[in-house]
Amino acid sequence: MSATSARPSPAAQPSGSAFILKKALISALVALVLFSLMIGIRTEAGPQGGLIYWTRFGDLAALVGTVFGGSIIVELLRQWWGPVDKDSIVPKPVQSAFSFAGRWLAPALLVFTFLVPVIFYNQRYILDLSILVLTYVMLGWGLNVVVGLAGLLDLGYVAFYAVGAYSYALLATNFGLSFWVCLPLAGILAAFWGVLLGFPVLRLRGDYLAIVTLAFGEIIRLVIINWQSLTGGPNGVSGIPRPTMFGIPLTPGDDGLAAKLGIEFSPTHRLVFLFYLILAMALLTNWVTIRLRRLPIGRAWEALREDEVACRALGINTTTTKLTAFATGAMFGGFAGAFFATRQGFISPESFTFQESALVLAIVVLGGMGSQLGVALAALCMIGGFELFRGLDQYRMLVFGMAMVLLMIWRPRGLVGHRAPTVFLERNQAISSDLVKEGHG
Amino acid sequence: MSGDHILTVDRLMMRFGGIVAVNELSFTAERRKITALIGPNGAGKTTVFNCITGFYRPSGGAIRLVHDDGRMIQLERLNDFRISKQAKVARTFQNIRLFPGMTALENLMVAQHNALMRASGLTVLGLLGLPSWREAEKRAIDLARTWLDRVGLLDRADDAAGNLPYGDQRRLEIARAMCTEPALLCLDEPAAGLNARESGGLNELLLSIRNEQGTSILLIEHDMSVVMEISDHVVVMDYGVKIAEGTPQAVRDDPKVIAAYLGADEEEAIAVMESGT
Amino acid sequence: MDYFAQQLINGLVLGSIYGLIAIGYTMVYGIVGMINFAHGDIFMIGGFIALISFLVLVSLGLTAIPLILLIVLLVSMAITALYGWTIERIAYRPLRHSFRLAPMLSAIGMSFVLTNFSQVSQGARVKPVPPIITGGYTLHEGSQGFAVQLSNIQIMVVLATIVVLALFTWLVSRTRLGRDMRACEQDQTMAALLGVDVDRTISMTFVIGAALAAVAGMMYLLYYGLVDFFMGFVAGIKAFTAAVLGGIGSLPGAMLGGLAIGLIETFWSAYFSVEYKDVAAFSILIVVLIFMPTGLLGRPEVEKV
Repeated sequence: MSATSARPSPAAQPSGSAFILKKALISALVALVLFSLMIGIRTEAGPQGGLIYWTRFGDLAALVGTVFGGSIIVELLRQWWGPVDKDSIVPKPVQSAFSFAGRWLAPALLVFTFLVPVIFYNQRYILDLSILVLTYVMLGWGLNVVVGLAGLLDLGYVAFYAVGAYSYALLATNFGLSFWVCLPLAGILAAFWGVLLGFPVLRLRGDYLAIVTLAFGEIIRLVIINWQSLTGGPNGVSGIPRPTMFGIPLTPGDDGLAAKLGIEFSPTHRLVFLFYLILAMALLTNWVTIRLRRLPIGRAWEALREDEVACRALGINTTTTKLTAFATGAMFGGFAGAFFATRQGFISPESFTFQESALVLAIVVLGGMGSQLGVALAALCMIGGFELFRGLDQYRMLVFGMAMVLLMIWRPRGLVGHRAPTVFLERNQAISSDLVKEGHG
Repeated sequence: MSGDHILTVDRLMMRFGGIVAVNELSFTAERRKITALIGPNGAGKTTVFNCITGFYRPSGGAIRLVHDDGRMIQLERLNDFRISKQAKVARTFQNIRLFPGMTALENLMVAQHNALMRASGLTVLGLLGLPSWREAEKRAIDLARTWLDRVGLLDRADDAAGNLPYGDQRRLEIARAMCTEPALLCLDEPAAGLNARESGGLNELLLSIRNEQGTSILLIEHDMSVVMEISDHVVVMDYGVKIAEGTPQAVRDDPKVIAAYLGADEEEAIAVMESGT
Repeated sequence: MDYFAQQLINGLVLGSIYGLIAIGYTMVYGIVGMINFAHGDIFMIGGFIALISFLVLVSLGLTAIPLILLIVLLVSMAITALYGWTIERIAYRPLRHSFRLAPMLSAIGMSFVLTNFSQVSQGARVKPVPPIITGGYTLHEGSQGFAVQLSNIQIMVVLATIVVLALFTWLVSRTRLGRDMRACEQDQTMAALLGVDVDRTISMTFVIGAALAAVAGMMYLLYYGLVDFFMGFVAGIKAFTAAVLGGIGSLPGAMLGGLAIGLIETFWSAYFSVEYKDVAAFSILIVVLIFMPTGLLGRPEVEKV
């Protein structure tokens, strides 16, 4: 199905104030009916266990009024903006500026990232947030291998994140293994689970694969919750050891890093260390992915996304190709999970819900399916945006959901709308994402 | 009929539910020759192709492929990617199946997947960037360059395959199939949608593939000028069975063939009779 | 044996609810080819609206239970249907000809919107209602004091399901709208050429699906006596499992799949472990998709080369 087919002709759009008013009235009426009971009446379990309710007609009126006004504004904007082509809602000059910026944006961003702990040394909050953003950058890059390159829709990515986190947490708390021993183990275990899941389900296509991976993610979470003797159930695992700098703990004690270096101990040291740790892990993910793209396996992943039947006709074993993509993505997820566990010191099943998978997937899709820079930018926007709504805790997911819908309508192909070729003879020219397929698995 | 046969189709059967698409079809394709499979629409030609190239598992019969070194492979027992990987049978598709979001060059690199996979030590050596891998990659690019040149697309090597004009896409698909270094090349209507000049170019390309690479070619074609001009042997199918075979000349004059085409589509019948005369 | 019979009854009741939700999934998938991720939340919204309208009616002084139930049913069907219509209009229609992933993510986003909308507007706590329909029959008195019970509410759930399904079957097979829907399912372009208003038909599909989900939501409320904002997620996945098990796109299949999932879940809880009942349901989804991806009543897909 092509994006250019069957678009209604823009000239047919009626205009005029009567039309706008009518449309706004209908919207307001719909809103009134939709919200009448859900907003107008608030229910709550009463003190005696029964149900009580009170009315909130003021809120209802305000909301319906907002919809009315909003509808008028949106319609006016739409007419002022003129009939727009949905694909190029971003004007051409802006797009080309964007692609030009892309050339120096990545190095500049990288340099800036390296300097973050220097610039914001005294701002714990920013350091914490940066670590969080980098964790999602890494998760995004990991999932990008599966979704962006191989075109396999994975809605249960969080399962591998959970496997990594619990692998480290349990190995460290039960057997006293260090972070650096557990990190590869966590990755390998996650990859192993990836293969285990992938083997039977990768024959499935499209939405079926999506729903099976979702189910798998839920199964892992439910097993973690219910297998209390191993995982501590809903209470989670606490007292997970913090990472050491190759054996030297970052503690105020005599054998701590600060004492060894002869400087005063500060809890920020650990934060800075964690920052560079996740940065290194994320960059490793990025380096491996870029490298793999230029190897036959990476090209096979992309070819698989483009046309699976043609791949088979060229003698490519699609099953193993899919499996390697799945396992590679899972492995990176496992690494990120181990980092998450050591950073938090405490993990529980609550951190590994479907919302987490959806968030990472949204980062990948918003980033532009396959673009490393796009994924990093999308992670920054998403997690940063999430933080902006920290005060409105309840409304966070509501806004996130709305943002997902709007972003899809605005830019279904993500922020970075082109693909860089992996090999070229003379000209290294980007390929418009309109040509790039998104896979059917 | 004797000779050096690369492909022997022996009483091939293909049923879909209650429908018999191919019924006890037998024919052979000679080594280093071009064999054409023709017939009216719905005769079952593409089904035969899908059986040979492993996309369908035949309901009955045998498909034998004999390599230059005498190694015999039973294609009906292989499936999927193994046909291309082990039996060295490459194919193109009736409705072109390139990787549209990848460049022409990348398309040809993907075609060398199995050779490159070995060279990259199943990715490990390649990830480390060892010289042996770099050598292999360079050779692969050279092979791709050669084929891009052969099909006249060298200057479009870095363009997205999906951006190429239709005729170029057809030729690129053939180049991609040839990059797998096949023993048998199966082409499903390679001339469909081409104009007269392009289809003339296609004839030359196919003849040069036969003469220079020594690749045997099996093709399905509707364009009779292509069939008559380049085929060494023609097999005619209708309703899933073979109704005639022989040289292009002999087939063209066969009353059964004319009847089949007349019965199916008058224009095609006239095309059969007029072309090549 | 008595225990088994009791579980059979419970399973069938639960399965009826799943089946009603599953029809919405299967209809949308059949016509638009997308998983309407927000459908489970539509079911949840249906439950909430039933709850609130019930509360309002009672406080208005209405006492005739059958009348209340009828009004509640109609109100929740109507309002929930409007939710379905609005969601299609806002989140799916602009993406109809877009890339395949876009509507899927949009649907996931919409599911978050609905879940959190009801959390914000109605609070996070579970909302209990006192039993509205009480009483029942004892079918069989067991020897160890175990009795097979068939409560009135169970009878009502099953009866309501049958009535709604009969109406729905009539709608799909006998009316103009049903014919249009089947035409769009086969080939949207061709249907449009033959004068079928595709946009309207798709809208109606969402409306009908949502209305059926509202019935399921109300039955859930009456049967379990509670609703909460998060109940749509798990119920949604299970209903989708039911739709797949029955063969996606097949309407009788969805109902059959719903019953099967309800029975499996109930028996699993009864004989193995309650904690792992959801794991069992999800595992079945995976197993079914692997071994019979076309489901019980689905049409096999022939790969076109």
